[in-house]
Amino acid sequence: MLRYLVLIPLALFLLLVVFLAFGLRRDPNELPSVLINKPAPAFRLPQLKEPTKTFSAEEMRGKVWLLNVWASWCIGCREEHESLLEYSKSGVVPIYGLNYKDKTDDALGWLRDLGDPYVLSAVDADGRVAIDYGVYGAPETYLIDQNGTIRFKQVGPLMPDIWEEKVLPLVQELNRQGTK
Amino acid sequence: MTRSRFAAFLLFAFFAIVANAQPVTDEAVVEQRLAKLSHELRCLQCRNQTLAESPAGLAEDLRREIRVQIRAGKTDQEIIAFLTQRYGDFILYRPRVSATTYLLWFGPFVVLLVGMILLFLYIKQRRDSITEQPMTDDDHRRAEELLASGKETA
Repeated sequence: MLRYLVLIPLALFLLLVVFLAFGLRRDPNELPSVLINKPAPAFRLPQLKEPTKTFSAEEMRGKVWLLNVWASWCIGCREEHESLLEYSKSGVVPIYGLNYKDKTDDALGWLRDLGDPYVLSAVDADGRVAIDYGVYGAPETYLIDQNGTIRFKQVGPLMPDIWEEKVLPLVQELNRQGTK
Repeated sequence: MTRSRFAAFLLFAFFAIVANAQPVTDEAVVEQRLAKLSHELRCLQCRNQTLAESPAGLAEDLRREIRVQIRAGKTDQEIIAFLTQRYGDFILYRPRVSATTYLLWFGPFVVLLVGMILLFLYIKQRRDSITEQPMTDDDHRRAEELLASGKETA
């Protein structure tokens, strides 16, 4: 029996290796979102380009859409911007912006200089709506379905690989379900 | 005479204390509760800091939000529920004891227990493997000889 006991440290070591192998592959910045499959929090905010008009999540009932949290001070947003323009051009799903704790002039300048992928952007100047959405680091992107339920959330830049692997298939599936 | 003087002293002391006591303002209570709550909550931007310590913009926003909710008369539980509904259990600086965190909370004790059991088995086995071997007369003689020869050479 003692002979087998010798193997215990080896077994423990292998167990540790397995845990570390999994741990190293996980992105430490990614937190499990509690909002997946929950209703998208309601809001009504002024629009960035037309401050007299408002935008509310309610208006999007019956549509599949993306809500992208962005700001001109956000480095990750710059990283994903080029891609967002392309997704927008493809017309697969409308992208709405939530301009998060930004200065209006800076935000407008950003869209003028880099291009505007958004149908429109809503202004969350004090970040209160972002709290409802559990935003902890821009950029963040939410995929919301016809019933106003959050189906997917991306924390960090929405790069083409995630777009191809996660967002596109889900959008297509949701659209199929919606037309039935 | 002395009794009425003592009563007057007591009355004076009473008013002195009442006059000195600072009325606890609502704002002070709010700040106190905020301080207590924000030490229990994690800043989601700096991760290893509590909401109370963090200078991050989000921490500031969340502190402001907590203040608003305290003023609105929400209980601590309600505020924590509000935050965990949005940010998940991760926002709690001290992990909640739940099915997903049992391993975290009790794992070390399980490892300790397993270690103690293994140690016990090991010691027991060693003790069992040692068998008494009574010395024969022959052995005694040899031992005597060895001891004697040792003395001479020494």
